[in-house]
Amino acid sequence: MADESNGAGVFGSSIRRREDPELITGQAKYTDDLQLSGMVYCTVLRSDYAHAKINGIDASEAEALDGVIAVYTAKDIEASGVPGGIPVGWLLPDMKIPEHYMLAKDTTRYVGDGVAIVVAEDQYTAHDALDLIYVDYDPRDGVADPKKATEDGAPLVHDEAPNNIAFDWEIGDKEQTDAAFANAAHVASLDIVNNRLIPNAMEPRAALADYNSITGELTLYMTTQNPHIHRLLISLASLGLPEHKIRVIAPEVGGGFGSKIHHYADEAIAAWASMQVGRPVKWTATRTETYLTDAHGRDHVTHGELAMDADGRFIGLRVDTYAAMGAYLSTFAPAVPTYLYGTLMSGEYDLPAIHCHVYGVFTHTVPVDAYRGAGRPEATFVVERLVDEAARVSGIDPAEIRRRNFVSPDAFPYQTQVALEYDSGNYEGALDKALEAIGYDDFRKEQAAARDEGRYLGIGLSTYIEACGLAPSAVVGSLGAQAGQWESAVVRVHATGKVTVYSGCSGHGQGHETTYAQIVASALGVPYDDIDVIEGDSGVMPHGWGTYGSRSAATGGSAIASAAEKVVDKARTIAAHLLEAAEEDLEFEDGNFFVKGSPDQAQSLPDVALQAYLAHNLPKGIEPALEATSFYDPANFVFPFGTHIAVVEVCATTGQVDLKRYLAVDDVGNVINPMIVDGQVHGGIAQGVGQSLYETAVYDDGANLLSGTMLDYAVPKAHFLPSFETDRTVTPCPHNPLGVKGVGEAGTIASPAAVVNAVVDALSPFGVNHIDMPVTSEKVWNAMN
Amino acid sequence: MYPSKFDYHRPSSVQEAVQILADNPDAKVLAGGHSLIPVMKLRLAAPAALVDIGRIDALQGISRSNGSLRIGACVTYNEIANSADVQAAAPLLAEAAGQIGDRQVRYRGTIGGNLSHADPASDLPAAALALGATLHVAGSGGSRSVSASDFFVDLMMTALQADEILTEVEIPAAGAGTGSAYVKFEHPASGYALCGAAAVVTRDAGGSCTGASLCFNGVSATAVSAADAASSLVGSDLSDGAIDSALSGMSIPDATGDMFASAGYRQELARALGAQALRTARDRA
Ligand SMILES: Cc1cc2nc3c(=O)[nH]c(=O)nc-3n(C[C@H](O)[C@H](O)[C@H](O)COP(=O)(O)OP(=O)(O)OC[C@H]3O[C@@H](n4cnc5c(N)ncnc54)[C@H](O)[C@@H]3O)c2cc1C
Repeated sequence: MADESNGAGVFGSSIRRREDPELITGQAKYTDDLQLSGMVYCTVLRSDYAHAKINGIDASEAEALDGVIAVYTAKDIEASGVPGGIPVGWLLPDMKIPEHYMLAKDTTRYVGDGVAIVVAEDQYTAHDALDLIYVDYDPRDGVADPKKATEDGAPLVHDEAPNNIAFDWEIGDKEQTDAAFANAAHVASLDIVNNRLIPNAMEPRAALADYNSITGELTLYMTTQNPHIHRLLISLASLGLPEHKIRVIAPEVGGGFGSKIHHYADEAIAAWASMQVGRPVKWTATRTETYLTDAHGRDHVTHGELAMDADGRFIGLRVDTYAAMGAYLSTFAPAVPTYLYGTLMSGEYDLPAIHCHVYGVFTHTVPVDAYRGAGRPEATFVVERLVDEAARVSGIDPAEIRRRNFVSPDAFPYQTQVALEYDSGNYEGALDKALEAIGYDDFRKEQAAARDEGRYLGIGLSTYIEACGLAPSAVVGSLGAQAGQWESAVVRVHATGKVTVYSGCSGHGQGHETTYAQIVASALGVPYDDIDVIEGDSGVMPHGWGTYGSRSAATGGSAIASAAEKVVDKARTIAAHLLEAAEEDLEFEDGNFFVKGSPDQAQSLPDVALQAYLAHNLPKGIEPALEATSFYDPANFVFPFGTHIAVVEVCATTGQVDLKRYLAVDDVGNVINPMIVDGQVHGGIAQGVGQSLYETAVYDDGANLLSGTMLDYAVPKAHFLPSFETDRTVTPCPHNPLGVKGVGEAGTIASPAAVVNAVVDALSPFGVNHIDMPVTSEKVWNAMN
Repeated sequence: MYPSKFDYHRPSSVQEAVQILADNPDAKVLAGGHSLIPVMKLRLAAPAALVDIGRIDALQGISRSNGSLRIGACVTYNEIANSADVQAAAPLLAEAAGQIGDRQVRYRGTIGGNLSHADPASDLPAAALALGATLHVAGSGGSRSVSASDFFVDLMMTALQADEILTEVEIPAAGAGTGSAYVKFEHPASGYALCGAAAVVTRDAGGSCTGASLCFNGVSATAVSAADAASSLVGSDLSDGAIDSALSGMSIPDATGDMFASAGYRQELARALGAQALRTARDRA
C-alpha cells in the first residue's frame, strides 16, 4: 500500500475506494432516498400491447380515487405547449427519425410504452390508480426479430420507415473485399445472433423533480451518468425550459452500464408533472419497469465471412448485420451498431480488405441503445468467432492463426480499413503472457486425455481490441454526434492548501472519487486525504459529457491532469516571486517549490495557496486565488487490448457448461489504481459471461417480453463464476497526459467470444462449429446428441 | 413494487386462523411470505386479507416418535436442513431443504408454505412424495390427513380447501439399509429446480434392492413419481447398469416446456439426474 499521507507514489497504488464505507453501511443517498417537503408521487401506465391503436382513455375512476391529484395523457402534455420530445442525439445520413413523444399519442409501439401518468399523494395510491385507467386498445400485429422485421409484409413500427429500416449504413470497401474473397484459399462463414440483453443496474431509474414556478427553476435529481446531457435534452427537446434554469443533480447512482446515459420520457414526465401540480414529484421505476423501459442492449442478426490465403493469412472480412433499434431511436442508438461496431471489424488483425453493412431496424420492442461495451462486444464476437472458425477450416491452431495475423508491434500507428487509427499496441505480448499463464500446451494434452474418458474440455481465446475514451469532438461530430466528447475539470486549491476537484464526468460505481484524487495527489504533491472530488451536478461544475464509453480516465482524468498542471504553473510563478528566484530555476517535488540545490528554502503548495488568496504580494499580472479549469478534447480514441482465455468443461449427460478458469491479460495503459482496474475487469467479465451463458431477453412472436422478471432473466450469480485470474501488460497511451486508456468495458467486450470459443472447442468432437448465445445447457445437449 | 391494499390478521391458534379464513373468502394464509409477497408486489395476487400463521406455536417444532418424524408447517428450511432429527430420520428432506434458494430464503421459507404453494419447480414436493409423507390439515370442518401423492393436484393446486391450513408433515422414519439423495439442476435465473430428482432406495443385507422410489420436481405441472422405473429396480443389485436400464425407457407423463427448457430436455435431465440420485442413494444405503 502506498503512503497515502503524501501525494508522491499515490498514482498507481491500490488505495481502497473512499466511496465504499458510505455505500456498504447504507448511508449513501440515492435518488429514491431523497425527500422534499410537499413531495408527491408519479406512476406511468404502460402499454400491455406491443402494437396497438389507442381509441380512447377513460381515467375518470382513477381521478376519483382518494389521494389522486391528477391523471394526464399525451393530450395534456400537448396542451401545455412544451415540445414534449424524446430526441435522438446521433444522426446518420438518410436516417428515418419518427416522432418520439413523452407519452404515446395514438399508437403504442412496445410493451411498456407510456400511455398515461398518475400523480398522487403516496406511492400506493399512485399504483392503485393505474388499475383504474381504462384504455380502449385496438391491438395490431407486432414484430420483434430485427431480420424478420425487414421482410415484406412485416408489421410496420412507423409508417414512414418502409420495411422498418431506420438506416442503411456501410463502412469499408465492398469491391476490394469481394475481390479478396474471389481469391481466397479458405473462407470461414458463420451466422451469428448477438442476443438481446437487459441492463439490470442494481438501482432502478428514478427522478425527483422540483419546479419553482416563481423563479422558473427546475431542480431535477435523477439517476444519470451524464447530468449535462440530460439538462440539454430536457431543455431543448422535452420541456423547453431555458438551460440555465435547469439543474440536474446525480445523487449516488447505483450502476448504469449505459442504461442511465439515455434520455427517457419518465424523468421528463416527473419534471413536467411538477410544473403542473406545483409540488415536487418523485418517480421511481419498479424492477418490472426496469425490464420494460430501460434501453436494452445488443440484438443483432449477422452473417460474417473471413477470407484467407493458403497460409491462413486474413485477406478479407465481410459482415452483414441487422441491428435492432427497438420502437424508437434512443439517445445514442444509431452510433452503437455503426461507429462503435463497424469500425472495430479489423480487431487486432492486419486485415487488408473489410466491408461491413448494417441495417438499423425498428422493432416493436424496448428501444436498444448503448449497454456496457456498446457495439464493441458485438464486433469482437463476430471477429473472434470468425477467427476461431478460420482456424478450424484451415486446420491451424487458434493461437497460431491469431499470431500470424496480428498487427505487428512496429506497425503503429496502424490505419485500419474501417476508419480507426490504432495508436499503439503489442498484441502478441498479451497473447504470450496469457497462453503461458493458462498453460496452453499442457491444456491441449489434458483435453485429449479427458476426451478419451468421455469428458469434454474446451479452451477459448479472445484477442480483443476496443476503441474507447470517447472521443475527439470534431471526429464524432463528423460522424453524426449531436454532442461534443471533450471533458471538463476544475482543480481548486483552497487557501489552506486543501483541494476540491470538479469533473464533468459522473461516476456511478467506478470509484472516481478515489482515482481522481490519486491523479491530483500525484500532480500537486498534496496528501490524498486533502483532496475531495465532486461530480454529477450541472449547477456546480462546468459543462461535461459524463461517464460512459470507458472515457472517464482518458478524458475526465486527462482534463484533471491538465487543470492540475495549470495550477502548478501558476503556483510556480507565485513561488518564484516569493523565493525571489527565476521560475526556470525552480524545482517542484513532493508539493514543494525550491531553487535547485536548496530544498530547505522551500515554498510548499499550501504556502503558495495562502499567498495566492491573501494576494498581498503577488507578481505583476497574476490574478488572486489558485484554481484552474480545463476543457480537454482528446486527440484520438484510446485502444485497450488484450487476450482473454476461458476454460470450460461441458457435462456429457446434461450439457451444462462449467466455466472452470477465466484468465484476462489486459493492456489498459498506465494504471491509476490496480485494485479498481481489477474490479472493473471482474465486473465486466461477469457481465460478458452472463451474456454468453445465461442472459437473454425473449420476445414471443407477438413481441411480448417473456423474460420480464428476475425469475426468467438470468443475471449471473457469484457461484456460477470461477475466481478470475487477471494480469496486465502496459503500453501507455501515447497521446494523453496520463498514458491511460479505459477499462470499464474491456471485460464485457472480450469475454463472450472467449467463453463461446471454449464451448465450441469442447464440442469439436461432435462437429459443432457454432452455438448462439446464451449457450444454455439444452443447446449444448442438443449439439451433442 | 407496491401491493394492493389488504387487511392483516395474526391469529395465535390454528382454530382462530381457520375461523378467519372461513369468514373471509378472499383471505390468504401468510407463512414465510417468500412466494406470496412477491406475487402480491407484482399485483398478480391481491388477497383482501392475510392471515399470518407465523406466531402459532402449534405449527412450530420438529419431533420424533413411534417411528415417525413430525414437522410443523411453519418450520423453516434452515431448521429442517440443520435438524439432527431430520438428518437421521429423513435425510432426503434435509438435503432438499438445504438446496433451496439462498440463506435468506432458507431462514424465512417454510415447509408448509412450500408444499401448499405447490410450485412445480420448488424443491420439497418430490422429497415429500418420495418419502411417503402424510400431510395433516385443519379446516373449519375439522382435521384430516392427506397423503403426499393425493396432495399435489395440478399446477399450483393442492387438495387444500380455501379455509384449510396445512398444520404438520409426518414422515415415516428411514429404516435400516435405506439411502437417499436429492440432486438438483438449478434454473440459472430463479434458482428453482429446472429438474430435481429425489431418490430413496432400501437394500437387504445381500445388497439387493427391496424398495425404491424416484420422484421429480420441475418436469411436469406437479411433482411426479416415476413409479415404474423405481419398482423395476426392486430385486436388482442397484448396479450402475441396473439403474441405467431402469431409467432408459423412463418417460415422465405430461412433461412441460418453457422458454428456458423444452419438455424433451427436461426428460433428458430427469434421466441424467435420476440416475445420479439413485447411484448416490445406493452408495448411502
Ligand atoms: C429469492 C427466492 C429464491 C427461492 N428459491 C427457491 C428454491 O430454490 N427452491 C424452492 O423450493 N423455493 C424457492 N423459493 C420459494 C420459497 O421456498 C418460498 O418460501 C416457498 O415457496 C413458500 O413458502 P413460504 O413459507 O414463504 O410461504 P408463503 O409465501 O407465505 O405462502 C405461499 C403460499 O402458500 C400458502 N400457505 C403458506 N403456508 C400455508 C399453510 N401452512 N397452509 C396452507 N396454505 C399455506 C399461502 O397462502 C400462499 O398461497 C424462493 C423464493 C425466493 C424469494
